[in-house]
Amino acid sequence: MSRLEKQRNILDYTLSSLLRRKGKNAALTLVFTLVVFMVASAVLFAQAVRREASLVLKDTPEIIVQRTVAGRQGLVPEAYVERIAAIRGVSAVRGRLWGYYFDDAFGGANYTLMVPDAFPYEPGTIVVGGEVARNSRTRVDNLLPFKAHDGTVRGYRIGEILPTESALVSADLILMTEPDFRSLFGIPAAEVTDIVLSVRNPQEIATIAHKIAALLPDTRPIVRDEILRTYDAVFAWRAGLLLAILAGSVAAFIIFAWDRATGLSAEERREIGILKAVGWETGDVLTMKFWEGAVVSLSSFLAGIALAYAHVFFASATLFEPVIKGWSVLYPDFRLTPSVNAPEMAALFFITVVPYTVATIVPSWRAATIDPDAVMRF
Amino acid sequence: MIEIVEVRKVFNAGRHNEYTALAGVSCSIASGQVTVFKGPSGSGKTTLLSIVGCMARPTSGRVVLAGRDITSLPERFLTEVRRRKFGFVFQQFNLIKGITALENVMLPAYPLGERRAALEARALGLFELLCIADRAREKAELLSGGEMQRVAIARALINTPETVIADEPTAHLDSRLSREFMEIVGRLKREGKTTIIASHDPLVYESEIVDRVISVRDGKIEPGDP
Amino acid sequence: MRKSTLFLSYIALMTALASASLLHARARGRSDLPRLQRNADLVRRLELTDLCLFTEAQYTRHPAVTVLHTPFQDHPLSFEHFPSGSLSGPPPRRASHE
Repeated sequence: MSRLEKQRNILDYTLSSLLRRKGKNAALTLVFTLVVFMVASAVLFAQAVRREASLVLKDTPEIIVQRTVAGRQGLVPEAYVERIAAIRGVSAVRGRLWGYYFDDAFGGANYTLMVPDAFPYEPGTIVVGGEVARNSRTRVDNLLPFKAHDGTVRGYRIGEILPTESALVSADLILMTEPDFRSLFGIPAAEVTDIVLSVRNPQEIATIAHKIAALLPDTRPIVRDEILRTYDAVFAWRAGLLLAILAGSVAAFIIFAWDRATGLSAEERREIGILKAVGWETGDVLTMKFWEGAVVSLSSFLAGIALAYAHVFFASATLFEPVIKGWSVLYPDFRLTPSVNAPEMAALFFITVVPYTVATIVPSWRAATIDPDAVMRF
Repeated sequence: MIEIVEVRKVFNAGRHNEYTALAGVSCSIASGQVTVFKGPSGSGKTTLLSIVGCMARPTSGRVVLAGRDITSLPERFLTEVRRRKFGFVFQQFNLIKGITALENVMLPAYPLGERRAALEARALGLFELLCIADRAREKAELLSGGEMQRVAIARALINTPETVIADEPTAHLDSRLSREFMEIVGRLKREGKTTIIASHDPLVYESEIVDRVISVRDGKIEPGDP
Repeated sequence: MRKSTLFLSYIALMTALASASLLHARARGRSDLPRLQRNADLVRRLELTDLCLFTEAQYTRHPAVTVLHTPFQDHPLSFEHFPSGSLSGPPPRRASHE
């Protein structure tokens, strides 16, 4: 086992050598860890949200039909529902009512109001999402006031609060009956917000969408596939902020590597000369340099990803809250299912640990080949 | 026994600063004895030491170690010979700052893959031998001149070499410490080791412990010495 | 204790932690399936189309069903909704159904 002993011996010397500059090397390790932590947190978070989206939105409506009026989304006439129902292959059609309500009473939160297909409560009662209740500081059986389109104030009794575990899809929802919705917003009986439909044969979705567009030229159908693909793009690397984080991290690493790569000081050269003089071979010196780079980068990398995992999956990514919240007042509770993307973690390893270690070895190459008797000639 | 046959050493050959350090040197160094190369600085003694100790190769000529011609051995084998058979004490001590004396002494043995516990025990034994056991865990730069000297000697002995080579060992020492150094050389001689010293200090070459003095001047051995 | 022992123990510990987290992820993946299914059921019942991530504006709250012209509906002097606008890329180009 002398190979192993040799490596451990050289590692011992490397650690002694690094400890000589405790402060500098500690700071380096800390910053390295921080950078890995940030990037790994972002990667894990993004991956988890995307996975959640793909699993949870898989039963989203097959086709949604919106109407454009003068370049903006407009209400859809009820008559369109029958015309779509007449298309062959359509199995169920329904006009939907939903919209937004801006509540300036509690900090200015935007809620999404919907009339679901089957609402189990009678008019005057609403079901709210977890964040709505939290933000309005209210509970079941309390009244929640709304400003109606005609200036009057309506109060609705909270019949139920949607569970926290569904926060990622329901945090800002308010569900109510159709009569309540229409009277609150003043939407006449013959109009709906959009139309949802399902088809008998999933292969036919695209064809039927085309038919709808042909039949009703002022509408735009949206199919399930497009909805799912929207969430592949969320938190993607192309997105501005993550790109900024990545660019910042790459810049940090370039600075680290540059610090290592701008050659060795005279002191370091002398020490390598001494090692060669007392019997170390060129390979031994380079092994030491390898460990010098690996100790810092490997320690930091492992610490960074461990902390990132804990941050995202045990602490609900709290450090991202101010970033994600932005102008919103509401912030869903991110109890995400852990999902580790091995290729991305491996990529992170290859763009952090490997370049740093290489940047430590390469500049030492020249110095490591110094003649052993050079130190006698100094 | 170490034999040197017509060794020449030229630095920067073919360039404007070409310099001949050794111009054809031949001599034999007996085992178990203390040999001193005496001469002024610039005489080539240091270069001679480095060639005898397998730290450098001659430009021409041969070096024969115990009957074996080692002049044209490949780098790896030469290093191996040097590691096992020679221990060097440098003029400037050349200890590594910031690490302990103990670690300095153990350094030459690190690449050999020896188990740490055994190595540390042997190193501490050397500290005992040289009466500096209590300084073992001190950082090298905090040692006195004499202590550094002894640590340098201990480092040279860590791989139990047959031959110890010292380059101007008393250059930074006062008379008392110089005499103590020669006493240590005496002890090494009693243990059967060969010692080769380069020095222009009379305290060294006039010492009764020395078996043979070879004068070196201008890269040549002065006639009159066998 | 020998320095290299300390360091290698640290590496061993962290690697063990990494393996543990992989196992944890897998276990949670299984145990979370009922929750994910319940959420999927909710999505189906309520006919939802988007995750509730950014509730600042229509195109950040419902990116999947936003009319493409919507961003222009903001007042010209208002700031873009940041950082949600930067975190959520534009939805992929819709297949033209016209």
